[in-house]
Amino acid sequence: MRNAVGRDIPEALLVNGKEVYQGKNYMDGKYIQKASPRTRRYEKPQESKIVESLVEALKQCGARDGMTFSFHHHLRDGDYVVNMVMKAAIEELGLEDLTIAATSLGSAHDPIADYIEEGKVIGIQTSGIRGRMGEVVSAGKLKTPAIIRSHGGRPRAIEAGEVHIDIAFVAAPTSDCVGNCRGIGGKSNCGSMGYAMTDARYADHVVVVTDCLVDFPNMPASVEAIDVDAVVVVDSIGNPKKIASAAARISQNPRDLMMAENVAKVIASTPYFKDGFSFQTGVGGPSLAANLFLEKYMDERNIKMGWAIGGICGPMVELLKKGKVSKVIDVQDFDLDGVNSINQTPGHFEMSASQYANPANKGAFVNKLDFVVLAALEIDTGFNVNVLTGSDGVLRGAPGGHPDTAAGSKVCIIVTPLTRGRMATVCEKVVTVTTPGDCVDVLVTDYGIAVNPLRPDLIECLDKAGIPHVSIESLKDKAYSLVGTPDDLEWEDKVVAVLEARDGTILDVVRKIKPLTL
Amino acid sequence: MIRRPKPERFRLRRTMMFMNAQKPGLIKDAYIYGCDSIMLDLEDAVAENQKDSARFSLYHALTTIDYGSTEVIVRINGLDTPHWQEDIRVCVAGGADGIRIAKCESAKDVHTVEAAVEAAEKEFGVEVGRTLLMAALESPKGILNAYEICSASDRMFGVAISGGDFRKCMQTTFQPDGVDMLAARGQMLLAARAAGIQCFDTVFTDLDNEEGFKAEVLQNKAMGFDGKSLINPKQIRLVHEVFAPTEKEVKQAEAIVRAYKEQSAAGVGVFTVNGKMIDIAFIPGAERTLRLAKACGMYEGDLV
Amino acid sequence: MEILKSAAAGTLESSDAMVTVEPGDGGIELELSSSVMNQYGRQIKATVLETLDRLQVSNVRITVVDKGALDCTIKARVECAVYRSCDASSANIPWGGAVR
Repeated sequence: MRNAVGRDIPEALLVNGKEVYQGKNYMDGKYIQKASPRTRRYEKPQESKIVESLVEALKQCGARDGMTFSFHHHLRDGDYVVNMVMKAAIEELGLEDLTIAATSLGSAHDPIADYIEEGKVIGIQTSGIRGRMGEVVSAGKLKTPAIIRSHGGRPRAIEAGEVHIDIAFVAAPTSDCVGNCRGIGGKSNCGSMGYAMTDARYADHVVVVTDCLVDFPNMPASVEAIDVDAVVVVDSIGNPKKIASAAARISQNPRDLMMAENVAKVIASTPYFKDGFSFQTGVGGPSLAANLFLEKYMDERNIKMGWAIGGICGPMVELLKKGKVSKVIDVQDFDLDGVNSINQTPGHFEMSASQYANPANKGAFVNKLDFVVLAALEIDTGFNVNVLTGSDGVLRGAPGGHPDTAAGSKVCIIVTPLTRGRMATVCEKVVTVTTPGDCVDVLVTDYGIAVNPLRPDLIECLDKAGIPHVSIESLKDKAYSLVGTPDDLEWEDKVVAVLEARDGTILDVVRKIKPLTL
Repeated sequence: MIRRPKPERFRLRRTMMFMNAQKPGLIKDAYIYGCDSIMLDLEDAVAENQKDSARFSLYHALTTIDYGSTEVIVRINGLDTPHWQEDIRVCVAGGADGIRIAKCESAKDVHTVEAAVEAAEKEFGVEVGRTLLMAALESPKGILNAYEICSASDRMFGVAISGGDFRKCMQTTFQPDGVDMLAARGQMLLAARAAGIQCFDTVFTDLDNEEGFKAEVLQNKAMGFDGKSLINPKQIRLVHEVFAPTEKEVKQAEAIVRAYKEQSAAGVGVFTVNGKMIDIAFIPGAERTLRLAKACGMYEGDLV
Repeated sequence: MEILKSAAAGTLESSDAMVTVEPGDGGIELELSSSVMNQYGRQIKATVLETLDRLQVSNVRITVVDKGALDCTIKARVECAVYRSCDASSANIPWGGAVR
């Protein structure tokens, strides 16, 4: 069945009330029945919840074949916890048919690819998938299609009971003996633990894995002891160098800077750019650099930013410290400046994934967002964005908060070079739709700016400010004139991943790629 | 195949950005940053054993990539190398707008290059005289012979000083106040103006020293340079800002050119604009200001 | 042209291609790998073969390791490798003739 972004969704997936994507805000006003976990009572006072090992913790939580384990990705590419838990479950306890439901997965989790190939892991639910895992899933080796959700779509699915978490594993930079966790104060600090919060509240069992045990009570706790069954102390939960880089530096690449400057120009041309405006930007080169140019416009017009959200890093913390933004609300930190600031700098707060981006709650932060600046692997002439599959059709990306912030914000700006190497970023038809075009407003490239015709108000703003813009078709034509028109990818029938829209409908599927042999 | 329009000998050349002709990722779209001229480099940027390879890259870049209205100049290898003749052949065959003669020391050097260019134009069926020339002065001898170099050929549109080599010859190093090259810059400017061609200053290599760069560009403008060679796109904006005329200058130039057009139609040679005596000698300067203003987006009229 | 000895041109940097030619066994034997194989493999192959044809090379083992190079770069690398194999890459190239 064709959905609102023109993608053909196999009927076989449309069971148990699953629908195809119908357009923005389709589910508005509908009711959901929240699922509740089945949790164990610990009525008798416990001195400590510390257990010997992960195996002990798994046993205590009744781990068995076919279960779903959840993880969060604050330790990013430095994470050791996913691999160590899966090793204990599969190699020590001999469990099978497991599903990993993670907020995101990256190249740190390459070893899981082996468990997929061996058939021990049969399901993956995640926002991001990269490295070897992306390759084996793309090659059709996972028994069930991977389910890809945005950061807001995941807490929605958990709360609606579409994902039932048997055991949630919380990677905690610090914990006390009963499981009050924080993202700071230890040796593998990650700052915000926002993505772990919903998991901990909706899982049947919660196991905290830490490498730094601190005195009770570890306050203010991000994940609270009232939700925790067991605490396991390990040597190391991750590689601090890969968890948070020293400092996210603003790009010096002239191409990035040129695009960033145009992003700031576009923002400053709209009526939403006024005192107290709200803002989110990614950490990619041109997105982050937009901060720099935006600050100039803020100074010029003598206005301040009201609040900023998202993954947070140094440049935003700087603005907070300089008093140019009043509040920063943080679901994840990308560098040490962010990590060291959360709950320390006045105005820097932590939030959960649901509070950040869930479309089914009563009002997430993204819904109040004025501007978001995002990157893209590909964007097509319908303004549909792909941030999941490479243009060769292999899974190597993450929707993350992209679809959520795009849908919630008043102005969503995509910033990307027109081509990367020989790949046309602006193209006829994206490989996979991860953010629907009706949520995307402006495209800024190194070859020009295009505004979505759905936003005549923004076209008028740019015209008034004398900012030149062109049609997205002409940008696509320019890209193809530079790199040549790519051949269509060839696919097999087998679906290897299902791309859920944030509201739970099906936005797209990824099929198994047929590699070209000459 | 891209056929570039016939080059203009005199045009706006505030910024000339150097790019290694051997790097496909760099040269494919260097024009997007808005510099006036791109300088594709076959000389210092290209290793000795890659000179051949760089020419193949250059040829296909020149004939495939649409550089639009950005001028495309090629810096060829010195006349004391085995490379320059083939460099000239590829430049002419590919349709480069101009050639920058490295380490030029005399009018004879210009004539040597000119003869090779003309031969190449005939060989490849290119209109004779199409390919422009500029000279880089890199030695005291080059500076002392600046006037004969500047006036050596009708193809010459400009002259530039190359600071790195020149400072070495003079046993000095970069000085923030420019005193190291003050005499050379002055001599070169005199020669260029006397010969009626353009004059460009050397590159500023310390990319992190923004204050130093700004000071040098301001001095360039004050001394009367037409533009500057650059090594990084991020330097373009400042040069264009500094070289932009003031609003007052644009208004005055517009008034002068307009009055001149009206008065000369009526047969009047000398007239006043805003109380100032104006004759034909003011016109080229006023027109240059308007062209500059147009390039900077400050003037949209049709007087130039 | 006849491939007299093995020669290479290009790099493995992004947007470039590394091309190696060797004397062949009586035909054109192309080994192509590319970071954009699924979308551009056919076009790259066609460009390589056209370029060899223009240079009248019919007996060669040619290896192309492409890192997302544009067609103009692929042509330049193939031509340079072929001319290098004949020690003829430094002068008197037929610009606009066989090289175009």
